[in-house]
Amino acid sequence: MTEALDTFHARLRERFGSALLSSKLDRGQITLELTPAHLLETCLALRDEAEFGFEQLSDVCGMDYADYGLADWETEDTTRTGFSRGVSRGAYREGRQWPARFAAVYHLLSVTHNRRLRLRCFATDDPPRVPSVVEIWAGANWFEREAFDLFGIMFEGHPDLRRILTDYGFIGHPFRKDFPLQGNVEVRYDPDKKRVIYQPVTIENRVLVPKVIRHDNRYESGER
Amino acid sequence: MTLNFGPQHPAAHGVLRLVLEMDGEVIERADPHIGLLHRATEKLAESKPYNQSIGYMDRLDYVSMMCNEHAYVMAIEKLLGTNPPIRAQYIRVMFDEITRILNHLMWLGAHGLDIGAMTVFLYCFREREDLMDCYEAVSGTRMHATYYRPGGVYRDLPAQMPQYRVTQWSPEKLVAELNRNRQGSLLDFIESFTERFPGCVDDYETLLTDNRIWKQRTVGIGVVSPERALQLGFTGPMLRGSGVAWDLRKKQPYEVYDRVDFDIPIGVNGDCYDRYLVRIEEMRQSNHIIRQCVDWLRANAGPVIVEDHKLVPPRREEMKGDMEALIHHFKLFTEGYCVPEGEVYAAVEHPKGEFGIYLVSDGANKPYRVKVRAAGFAHLSAMNEMVQGHMLADVVAIIGTQDIVFGEVDR
Repeated sequence: MTEALDTFHARLRERFGSALLSSKLDRGQITLELTPAHLLETCLALRDEAEFGFEQLSDVCGMDYADYGLADWETEDTTRTGFSRGVSRGAYREGRQWPARFAAVYHLLSVTHNRRLRLRCFATDDPPRVPSVVEIWAGANWFEREAFDLFGIMFEGHPDLRRILTDYGFIGHPFRKDFPLQGNVEVRYDPDKKRVIYQPVTIENRVLVPKVIRHDNRYESGER
Repeated sequence: MTLNFGPQHPAAHGVLRLVLEMDGEVIERADPHIGLLHRATEKLAESKPYNQSIGYMDRLDYVSMMCNEHAYVMAIEKLLGTNPPIRAQYIRVMFDEITRILNHLMWLGAHGLDIGAMTVFLYCFREREDLMDCYEAVSGTRMHATYYRPGGVYRDLPAQMPQYRVTQWSPEKLVAELNRNRQGSLLDFIESFTERFPGCVDDYETLLTDNRIWKQRTVGIGVVSPERALQLGFTGPMLRGSGVAWDLRKKQPYEVYDRVDFDIPIGVNGDCYDRYLVRIEEMRQSNHIIRQCVDWLRANAGPVIVEDHKLVPPRREEMKGDMEALIHHFKLFTEGYCVPEGEVYAAVEHPKGEFGIYLVSDGANKPYRVKVRAAGFAHLSAMNEMVQGHMLADVVAIIGTQDIVFGEVDR
């Protein structure tokens, strides 16, 4: 199984090498990373060339890497102050640096070859822009609308890029890392005005468990 | 004419708002408005240690609870590189199939009710009750079990099936009748269910399969070709109903699905009636799998969760005497466990189709991103295409056949 994956991975690199930023085989799953300029031609080839045959798009996932590797506590060294009960956001940073803040992650499935593949397309512009793959896989329609709604990624060429999950008239993109968990506005019925009104949130977010990054050699070596 | 359907319509299976553009009684375009049940499960999961989100997964598709948990737990296990003990794998497979029957019974009852068959609904809920009791016996709750954990399942199957007690409202005779097949263990109870259940499915089929009205309402309605089904991202019975023999349990087996014997039913025409037949047969196959799991679980005792106390809390007795166990317990419940950096996509064959979890970890004790790939979301997105040219009454049949549950569509 792993051998077949290795050869398939090598074949993908050979075929798409020039279009790829990088590629990786980790834990039995292949990830190809590319820029928006090469997305459509790569997807079309992946769908139509018989050796790949990815006839289904399982999922499109918006990603925001702004807080990646950002932890609330420093855990590797002892600190002069000791661990406080308080949480200071972004006290510590490690892990991979990403080429762009936003990305769209595609999961492809080939029913004929029984294979899966992950594509990651970085959106470097501001606002983030990625070409739409609706023409290639019709099932992408709502998944792209969702990523647009939650992350604000603009899918160029999408026939009907409207919000899908949030309320009518919602402001902001709630799954971005800088969007607060408790939101910005709340709704309630105002008995004086006799209608539902929007007002700034009155609740505060409490972090009960701080985010920490620790390394455990047993699991780190268990990769792949 | 533009017609607003829902969001508070009994046949909309929850909070679906459909804006229908009609020409007389024929539909020209359907625009589903979803998100009325959006709870930002994925965002909430980012702010909690891994284990605290298992309970949220139950609440996604709230008629197939344990299958949702399964995908989430499997994604964590893939990142950690741990494998649950074999007994836990059999328990998971058994409960996945119990869940499949639960889901299909709910679907059959509601689908029948939507297009005018009242009786099936009552019959289906009678059998669901017994399966809910299995959930309760093993986890303490009838629906939102939180039973699967990374590394196995929370506890072993109970040796004694809980029984009804006599109260002033339930007389001794009734209670004795209710407790008749609850005398032994949970496995005995499940076995007695598997013996009875094929007969129940026969009953449902007697009511529907050759029923003239049922056929008029389902045959030739919502036809999807196999190529189109793949294009639209269909999975599960929606794809198999169109004749594509694709089932993750067979094609990409997880847990012990490669050790149990079962068949995948497929349809021919890709209409509502074929999808109905596929799901009915799936219930029979699930019953067959459950029976094999019961036999295996009877014969083979063993641990049901890994003994790694960085991941799984130690036993209560151990904690009383062992300092290390106490520390493990404290760390697990205050901070949780850290998952190595990486990303995985784990998918299970959920009763509705492929339910996938895309999990990204940056090495912390909380997930960096959880993406839920819900089968119902992809199916509902094809609603417009499926209802075009059909009559208004067929919209209800098509919502029914898609087996939509808003918990997972809106997330």
